[in-house]
Amino acid sequence: MASVKARVKAPKTAKKGEVFKVKTLISHKMETGIRKNKKTGKLIPRKIINKFSCNYNGKEVFAGDWYPSLSANPYMAFYVKAEASGSIDFIWTEDGGKKYKKSTKITVS
Amino acid sequence: MAARNIKNQQKLRLVKQGQTMWNARIGVTILAGLSISLATVISGCTTSDQGWKGALEHYQADDRRSGYTYREPEQQAIQNDDFQNPGMILVDDGEQLWSKIDGAAGKSCASCHSDASKTMKAIGAHYPIFDEKLGKMKNLEQQINICRKDRMNAKPYKYESSSLLAMTTFVRHQSRGLPVKVIVDGAAEPFFQKGKELYNKRVGQLDMACSNCHVENAGNKARADTLSQGQSNGFPTYRSKWQKVGSIHRRFRGCMKNIRATPYKYGSDEYVNLEFYLAWKGRDLLVETPAYRN
Repeated sequence: MASVKARVKAPKTAKKGEVFKVKTLISHKMETGIRKNKKTGKLIPRKIINKFSCNYNGKEVFAGDWYPSLSANPYMAFYVKAEASGSIDFIWTEDGGKKYKKSTKITVS
Repeated sequence: MAARNIKNQQKLRLVKQGQTMWNARIGVTILAGLSISLATVISGCTTSDQGWKGALEHYQADDRRSGYTYREPEQQAIQNDDFQNPGMILVDDGEQLWSKIDGAAGKSCASCHSDASKTMKAIGAHYPIFDEKLGKMKNLEQQINICRKDRMNAKPYKYESSSLLAMTTFVRHQSRGLPVKVIVDGAAEPFFQKGKELYNKRVGQLDMACSNCHVENAGNKARADTLSQGQSNGFPTYRSKWQKVGSIHRRFRGCMKNIRATPYKYGSDEYVNLEFYLAWKGRDLLVETPAYRN
C-alpha cells in the first residue's frame, strides 16, 4: 500500500495580521536509494520528496529542500501570517518531478 | 522495610506531580474540546470520540492503567492529536481496503457490513472471542481472515502484513473510547486459564514471566525504559521503535526475545490465549487504537 496521501490542517478563518499554525503530513514511503532488490541485487532508485513549498495566494511563504534521512511520512508544521482571503497551496515534489498538491481556502476578516 | 517506604513515598510524589500536570492538561483539553465542538457545528460532522482524549481519568480503570499514563507528555500529545499520530495513516489505509472488492465472490467488507463506523462499533473491544466452529479463541486478525476466506473467497492476509494491520487497526479504531470487555466464562474459560498460566509462567534463559515485569515492577525502570502494566487497549499500536504500527503478537514476540525465550508464531493459540487474558486484565480500559508508544 504505497498510496500517497497529503493532509493539511489549517484554519478556515483568521483575523488580518494573525499568525496561525499550519500542519502538513504526507504519507510517502521515501525510498532511500541505498536499498537493494533482494532478488536482482540492483539498487532500488531513490524516490524521496525533495522539495516542499507553501504558496499563499500564489506567493511562496514557506519552502524547504529535503534530503535523504528524512523520515517516511514526513510531518511539517509552521506558522503563516494571515494577510488576505484566498487559497493556500501546498506542493510536495518527488524525485522524478511528480508533484502532489493540496490546497485549502481561508477567509481573512 | 524503611527503604521500601521511601521508595513508595517517592512514587506517591511522582503520581502527585503527574496529577497537577494533568489538571493543567485538562484545561487545555477543554479549550481544544470547545474548538472541536465549534468545528462540529460548522462542518456538521460528529467528533464525539474526541472529548475524552487527554483527560487522565479516561486512561485508567480502578488500579489498571493504560500504557499512555506511563509515557511522557510529548508522546501523549502525539497520540492526542489525530493529525500527528502516525498510526492514523494506517486507519486511512484500512478505510480504503474496507470498500475494496477482492476475491472470487466479488465482495468487499462493506458489501456485508456496510458502514464500519456503525457496524464495527465496539466489535474490536470484545475480541478475542470463542469460536464454536474452531473450538477455540479467535482474535480480530483471524476473524478478518475467516471473513476473507469464507465470505469473499479471497486469499487470507499474511499475519503482520501491512494490509492485515491496516484492516485490524481500522476495525478496532471504530471502538476507540469504548471499554474493553471480553467474555471469560463458559466455553472460553479453559482458554482464559491457559492465557493466565502463560502470563505467570517463567520462561526463557532469564527465567521470567510477563508478571515479573508488568505486575511486580510496573512503573519501575528496565534500563532506560519505564515498564508499564503491559495493557493491550492501544493495540495495534504505533511504536517509534518499530517506526510503524504493530500487532499485540509482535509485542509478545519482542518481549519473549528480551527474556531470551523462543517466541511463539504470529497468530498461535498460545498468543491468542495470552491476548485474551490480557484483554481481561485491562478490562474497562478504553480502546485507544491506534495508540502511540515509544
